[in-house]
Amino acid sequence: MNVDQHEFTAALLNPDQATPKGLIDSSGRPAGKRFDVYRNNVVFSLLEAMRTAFPVIEKLLGQELFHAISGDFVRKHPPRLPILMFYGAEFPKFLAAVELLAKSPYLPDVARLELARRVAYHAADVPAINPEALGEIDPEQLMGARFQFAPALHILTSDHPIIDLWNFNMIEDAPVPEPSGQIALISRPAFDPHMAAIGADTALFLTLLIDGQDLTSALEATAQAHPGFDLSAALGIMLQTEIITKIDL
Amino acid sequence: MLDGNTTCPKNIPNKAGVGYKPQHLNSILNNPTAIGWLEIHAENYMGDGGRPIAQLKRLAEQFPISCHGVGLSIGAEGHLDIDHLNRLKKLENWLKPALFSEHLAWSTHDGFFLNDLLPAPYTQQTADTVVAHINQVQDVVGRQMLLENPSTYVMFTESDRSEIEFLRDVAKRTGCGLLLDVNNVFVSATNHGYSPTEYIDAFPLELVGEIHLGGHEIDADDYGDDLLIDSHSRAVVDPVWALFDYTLQKSGPLPTLIEWDNDIPEWEVLASEAVLADAILAKAGAKAAV
Repeated sequence: MNVDQHEFTAALLNPDQATPKGLIDSSGRPAGKRFDVYRNNVVFSLLEAMRTAFPVIEKLLGQELFHAISGDFVRKHPPRLPILMFYGAEFPKFLAAVELLAKSPYLPDVARLELARRVAYHAADVPAINPEALGEIDPEQLMGARFQFAPALHILTSDHPIIDLWNFNMIEDAPVPEPSGQIALISRPAFDPHMAAIGADTALFLTLLIDGQDLTSALEATAQAHPGFDLSAALGIMLQTEIITKIDL
Repeated sequence: MLDGNTTCPKNIPNKAGVGYKPQHLNSILNNPTAIGWLEIHAENYMGDGGRPIAQLKRLAEQFPISCHGVGLSIGAEGHLDIDHLNRLKKLENWLKPALFSEHLAWSTHDGFFLNDLLPAPYTQQTADTVVAHINQVQDVVGRQMLLENPSTYVMFTESDRSEIEFLRDVAKRTGCGLLLDVNNVFVSATNHGYSPTEYIDAFPLELVGEIHLGGHEIDADDYGDDLLIDSHSRAVVDPVWALFDYTLQKSGPLPTLIEWDNDIPEWEVLASEAVLADAILAKAGAKAAV
């Protein structure tokens, strides 16, 4: 009655499946409840990882509902890596498919924001340029420059007020979110992730620069899509959020 | 096969160390003589940067560090995850920890990581697989590893040898050392109805490079018998301290870690566990010196 790891794993993740027959206690009796220790360890430890990863989703759903939904998630989507710091990448999509949550369509994007913050938290350390360095560049040269950005940088566009929802649940006295879309720029100036709400014009401009376009091309394309685009305001945000790591002239 | 120890930059003293938790950082730095060394879980330091790695770099300047892997899945039937092995190698290369250990257990199957230390039957087939995996680990990482005895809750009908025979054989064939988790000995002995002191008597103590101590929870199996669960969520209990003392009387003092990974207490509580371990280590040291 050999128990292979395939059978062990299947029984582990499915509480309705019987304990494999080749597992016993020291008197030769069926392992029964002893096997449940492994079942519990797997689910509880992954639930803890989910609680660490998605504190705002837990607050929005309440502990009980979060546990029920996460418990289902961890059985259907166990980690693919033996590192838990990035676990839960499929959670936003999973939340979107939960019928019970259809009245809270902002949940998947809030989960995406929480994931992006974790990725930023563990991103490589690359120091930002000194803001004064930008002013010292000859303006004509600057217009042809390409930018390199911090590995922590992430832009997330949502139809929902994701930053305000995050703040409202995590920061005391934060204002009640107004129903409107938000674009989040996530960066990590020191060790803690930072979020800034940016306009669609700045988001487009940044995306083009991240794609490797030079300043003039990015500016022209952005101004065409958003006639009121303010370049100096956008550069100000880029310096403030400490995302520029190098300027290639 | 790897022969002997590779030299380590900062050797672990035969004193008590603790498992590092970020909430204890300031207490550790403000009171650096309280503990002899620190152990980290390798997988928590496999990001690209940020606070965790900065903290570890800071601590490594001051303390000997032991690197304890929890995700390599050495007891898996399938192949080791080469990407993960390379992540371990990368960590080893910059951290240069004084000790490096992993578990006699599996945690990954068919590409899924189950985040628990799962048991394997003690057979020739398992031994051959574990030997191949440890050889691969030691080749890639380029140093000796210590293999930890597990806490187990079930037995396999197919097992045809004792845990100690199994560990002895694997160590002999790979040149790996052993990490003796005294709490695991107590937990498994209780769960499977054998004597923990007889287990220690039979254990190849000359291969042990590190000891672990931790707390466990008490549950019951279907028949009402004690079922101990290796939870790392409480203080070390008296019978485990006694078994630790018994072990050191035979082995002499060894680097000893206090593990506390869940319901993590204030620093003072953890530090007081280290004081207790140090007292027993000092007693064993005095005896060895006579």
